[in-house]
Amino acid sequence: MSETTKVQAAVVTHAHTHHEDHGHHEQSFISKYIFSMDHKTIGKQFLITGIIWAIIGGFFSVLFRLQLGYPEASFPILETVFGHWAKGGQIQPEFYYGLVTMHGTILVFFVLTAGLSGTFANLLIPLQIGARDMASPFLNMLSYWFFFLAGIVMAASIFVHTGPASGGWTMYPPLSALRQAGDGQKIGTDLWLTSMALFVVSSLLGGLNYISTILNMRTKGMSMTRLPLTIWAVFFTAVLGVLSFPVLLSGAILLLFDRNLGTSFYLSDIVVNGEVLPNEGGSAILYQHLFWFLGHPEVYIILLPAMGMVSEILSVSSRKPIFGYMAMLASLFAIATLAFLVWAHHMFVTGLNPFLGSVFVLLTLLIAVPSAIKVFNWLTTIWRGNIRLTPAALFAIGFVSLFISGGLTGIFLGNSTIDIHLHDTMFVVAHFHIVMGVASMFGMFAGVYHWFPKMFGRYLNNTLAYIHFWVTMVGAYLIFWPMHYQGLAGVPRRYLDKRGWASFSQFGELDKMITIVSIIVFVVQLLFVVNFFYSIYKGRKVRTENPWGANTLEWTTPINPGHGNWEGDIPEVHRWPYDYGKDGREFIPQTEPVGSGESKH
Amino acid sequence: MQTLLIAAILILFLVVVFQIAKTSEYVAMIRGYENARKQSNRINAFLLLAFLVLGLIGVYYCNEVLKGRILGEPASDHGVLVDRMLYVTLAITFVVFLITQIALFWFAYKYQESDNRKPYYYPHNNTLELIWTVIPAIALSVLVGFGIFYWFKITGPAPKDAMVVEVVGKQFGWEFRYPGADGILGKKYFKKVDAANSNPAGQLWEDPANQDDVFVEQEMHLVVGKPVQLVIGAKDVIHDVGLVHFRLKMDAVPGTPTSMWFTPTYTTKEMKAKTGDPDFVYELSCDQLCGKGHWSMRGVIVVETQEEFDAWLASKKPQYLVANPDKDPATKKDSVGVAPLTGAIIR
Repeated sequence: MSETTKVQAAVVTHAHTHHEDHGHHEQSFISKYIFSMDHKTIGKQFLITGIIWAIIGGFFSVLFRLQLGYPEASFPILETVFGHWAKGGQIQPEFYYGLVTMHGTILVFFVLTAGLSGTFANLLIPLQIGARDMASPFLNMLSYWFFFLAGIVMAASIFVHTGPASGGWTMYPPLSALRQAGDGQKIGTDLWLTSMALFVVSSLLGGLNYISTILNMRTKGMSMTRLPLTIWAVFFTAVLGVLSFPVLLSGAILLLFDRNLGTSFYLSDIVVNGEVLPNEGGSAILYQHLFWFLGHPEVYIILLPAMGMVSEILSVSSRKPIFGYMAMLASLFAIATLAFLVWAHHMFVTGLNPFLGSVFVLLTLLIAVPSAIKVFNWLTTIWRGNIRLTPAALFAIGFVSLFISGGLTGIFLGNSTIDIHLHDTMFVVAHFHIVMGVASMFGMFAGVYHWFPKMFGRYLNNTLAYIHFWVTMVGAYLIFWPMHYQGLAGVPRRYLDKRGWASFSQFGELDKMITIVSIIVFVVQLLFVVNFFYSIYKGRKVRTENPWGANTLEWTTPINPGHGNWEGDIPEVHRWPYDYGKDGREFIPQTEPVGSGESKH
Repeated sequence: MQTLLIAAILILFLVVVFQIAKTSEYVAMIRGYENARKQSNRINAFLLLAFLVLGLIGVYYCNEVLKGRILGEPASDHGVLVDRMLYVTLAITFVVFLITQIALFWFAYKYQESDNRKPYYYPHNNTLELIWTVIPAIALSVLVGFGIFYWFKITGPAPKDAMVVEVVGKQFGWEFRYPGADGILGKKYFKKVDAANSNPAGQLWEDPANQDDVFVEQEMHLVVGKPVQLVIGAKDVIHDVGLVHFRLKMDAVPGTPTSMWFTPTYTTKEMKAKTGDPDFVYELSCDQLCGKGHWSMRGVIVVETQEEFDAWLASKKPQYLVANPDKDPATKKDSVGVAPLTGAIIR
């Protein structure tokens, strides 16, 4: 370590000691913390808002897990809190479906899209490419505030009398189009659609900003192939978002028209509750095409930033270069491209033309190839490394484990023959929670633990971090691994009580176990939240600019960088970001010129 | 009260853990961060290895406990293909799962930080990259090939001699229509749906093919060994015809008819004997969220012999006669029983 410190000292010879000084412009509280145009502050805003949404969304899952684990039990406290939604202390079906819909929407969009790429794209892009801020700090600020507004509308929908939208997070019409079809299809669904529209605006403003910043504002010497993989990952994420979110917007707006203006985009031949509707000629399946044209890239919008951060963190903590940088890049590119060509694998049993279905099988299973490359490259990265098992590194390792497990079950579902049986069963729930939900969450935690010192100038408490990791890791497998068996038995998802079924009622004990574990895991997430907020104010202070001994540019900024990030000139870049363990040196920052005797890679 | 107690215990637990964690920070400060870091590094590396070992044991245990509760023998010809594909995929993916997970956790344990180890500078190796691009590609091609082959078999056109049954989902139940003796389902139009006047399916009575169509709810009867084509629709929202024992599934979409076919291979009675469960029933579940009653949208399927089926169908009066009692010969000649006459109409 002493060697490390020496090297660090050498790197930061030009460090400025007066980093408390915020430079040329005085900022009021409002312009510094609320309507901030500093990418770092906006990143923190996204993160903290995401954390709050994650608590809400996670809490909802605890509620419906109670119903799933104990369908016969009564919890009087629920009636005290939720009134007629939990009549007699039992979660009512409308409430149950409202909860699962909100859980899905919140976690997919507000936490794992905005909370994940919003946080880390904002924080890392300027810091790692060597820019003072985003291409348009103002649009960046708008991006957050549109997200905030979307959140307000969504939160409001939870409190309306008829309850929030309850058509599932995919919001398929005609269910979501017909007010007569249920309480959750009334005003709650209009608010859901409005919130989504605002969210799309936020996402586009952010995404366009990320792309233009990465393409145009890299510092001198920072060629595209010298970018850290985090930046490549958020770049592809932003491209995916910009190309696919508008399609969701159009789908949502057509649905709003069908609901409110009497159009028939998705409606045809409908008799609901004995009432014959006039609509003819629409296609309910059209919505699914529009939705999944976003919905599938969305999965990768969630996953790619996590992959990028995991690549970076595994390399830093193994003290070894990432294995196969170009292959990692190519596989990111392949995944991003294929992400647009596989959407109909969500629709194998909608009556899709079987030939078309077979094309989508081929393209879907093709994604497994770049995914496999990534896994093997991560494994080779830690092979013969000198791994520092920081909390971030543990979460990165956990991510790889979960990505393997969840990715492999994707091979089942992507194969239409098997999907006929497994479609819309608990197998799907287990699959996407592991590969997209928990894995991306792990990527996010890894990122938070790794960059918290950069964000707040303090460390998170390590003991709490380790407890957090181990309980979450063990809990994730305990919850979702046995759930696959329910799916193999054909148990459909979104069944709130299976006791009336001869074929699906054999998992009562298992459901109880899953419920108990998910409550424990939820409580431990609260421990993380406590750690997070406590450490912002009371955590151990960061005393060195480069606590992890990393090569990337963000660790050349002052410990608490002001708006503009670097106090002097922006550093120039001379090499790729992964020179760890080269020529007997522990690490060589990107800012160091290539020496004459240095070996090539 | 109990709930509050549990909540209080959880909060207390959080506070205690938090205090311990805070103390550990002070301990680390006294002992030196570098020492504390190295110690936790060793502990976590060991835990990773323990997780791998216990995890694999857990995987085995989980399978032992649950394998008896999943897939019984498929009860249709297509189900056999689905299961075969499933187990082939399971075999391949499980091998990959074992190799990669063991490598991951073993490397993380083996190459934990040590003062004596120099990390190996190893940025890329094109041969390796090529190997692990090509091998997954080949494995997946095999899976894709088999998958598509079976897929076309399952989704291909139904045999000519298949019987036809119309299945319609509604909030929250199932309706079935049998074409009767002519083998043709009569035309229908959704605006004619009128449950109050005994026309729940919206049949057009002017179509002669409708006159012998039999309408039933909640229970579908099929003939063992005889291919059946389900013509699937929905009245209000999207439902899904989930046939777990036959391993089949198809959405029921309002306005867009869909279909699937299969051959049931065991009667309900045979399944009762096979499973040793006297209460065995084939169930029809809705597999697409359709509103607040989705979870209870259950139908029953009875698979029986041709004779039993004929007798059952003969006992049902065509909906045409239910809706137009004046056309029903049974109501005109009240001296004659209903069943033999309707049976005559169907034949």
